[in-house]
Amino acid sequence: MAEENKAQRFEALMLPHLDAAWNLARWLTRSDHDAEDVVQEAFLRALRFFEGFHGAQSRPWLLAIVRNTAYSWMEKNRDATVPLAEDGSHDGVEEAGPETLAMRGDARRRVNDALARLPAEYREVMVLRELEDLSYREIAQVAAIPMGTVMSRLARGRKLLSGYLAGGEKERIR
Amino acid sequence: MNCDQALKLLATHADGELGLPHASELEAHLQGCADCRAQFAALTELRAGVRMHAAYHAAPAGLATRIRAALERESSVAPSAASAPAESPRRRWTWAWPQIGAALAMAFALAWSVGLYLVLPGAEESLEKELVASHVRALMADHALDVASSDQHTVKPWFNGKLDFSPEVTDLAAQGFALAGGRLDYVGGRPVAALVYLHRQHRINLYVWPSDRNDAPAGATRQGYHLLHWTRNAMSYWAVSDLNPVELAQFRDALLKTMR
Repeated sequence: MAEENKAQRFEALMLPHLDAAWNLARWLTRSDHDAEDVVQEAFLRALRFFEGFHGAQSRPWLLAIVRNTAYSWMEKNRDATVPLAEDGSHDGVEEAGPETLAMRGDARRRVNDALARLPAEYREVMVLRELEDLSYREIAQVAAIPMGTVMSRLARGRKLLSGYLAGGEKERIR
Repeated sequence: MNCDQALKLLATHADGELGLPHASELEAHLQGCADCRAQFAALTELRAGVRMHAAYHAAPAGLATRIRAALERESSVAPSAASAPAESPRRRWTWAWPQIGAALAMAFALAWSVGLYLVLPGAEESLEKELVASHVRALMADHALDVASSDQHTVKPWFNGKLDFSPEVTDLAAQGFALAGGRLDYVGGRPVAALVYLHRQHRINLYVWPSDRNDAPAGATRQGYHLLHWTRNAMSYWAVSDLNPVELAQFRDALLKTMR
């Protein structure tokens, strides 16, 4: 395969998943700055691994690399990583809607805080399931865990999450 | 089915991953059991809350360009997998290649071993491939719409003279699936109507063409995209999206309701 073709094929297959890659990296690192490094590096690594990609599903394949890159990155840059914002200000996405903004803003903040507070192994399966709409099988592939573990982590993650949401701000269950 | 069995299956059902026989058994149990129904409702509510309120972080503007540039440098400067990264974004660090390789190998082995796939006959399969390819092409080339309008009375007449049939066009904004427009496409060896609907960040392509077949409703998953197929009023319908199967089925049902 000519290098040029390979690069073109790679871009055509993988760049459409840029938002998914970013969303996962952003939720794992909890920082825009870190996510930028992770996603750029993940794409470069994915290109290098591309020979090993044989027409399987491109999104889980890429997300598996993003996930590994994010964890290696956080391992290497433990001191540099931004600690979880306690004021909930890490939520950068704002859509103006016709809903009562105050109420909606509050719900948004509470859900985002709760999700950000989940331990990483639960946060990642929740993000992959609820925000990326991946199937159990695809989550298993991305997180390199058996399907049974996907299901038990989702169950545990949801339990923790509803606890955080019900407990409000007082209780820190971490 | 008793409550213990039902409770174990609730989450799998809410995630749309329960096989049909179990799903109908569970549904039957839920009909008659208020306790389990309440548990199921709580779970569904939590999921809906997360989906509605959790931030979906979209990549910042310009990142695609930066990545394209980095990829070009990488493939022109360093064609072999063994060479060093051309230029790391901001920092440099060494990589634990063997571990990453092992992790990936594991992920692939797992993907192979967990074969939970719907198997469909060959002709359908190639049609599904074509549909997914068309869906992806429309997303990538940013050529999703020939006619951009949320007004069904604008979209439907647009197809006049372009197709040998007139597709039904219904806006489902009230049900959460807003019509975005339509385009001509070519699938299965014939020109077809592709209607585009939006649901949150997800795009649904609804392909429509005449058919005298009367297929049972079917679904499939390909490359991470979900497909639903049904026939109605001598038309064949295929909905393709990265939306999860449960919500895609809601889309189909909302549409079918308008077609009676």
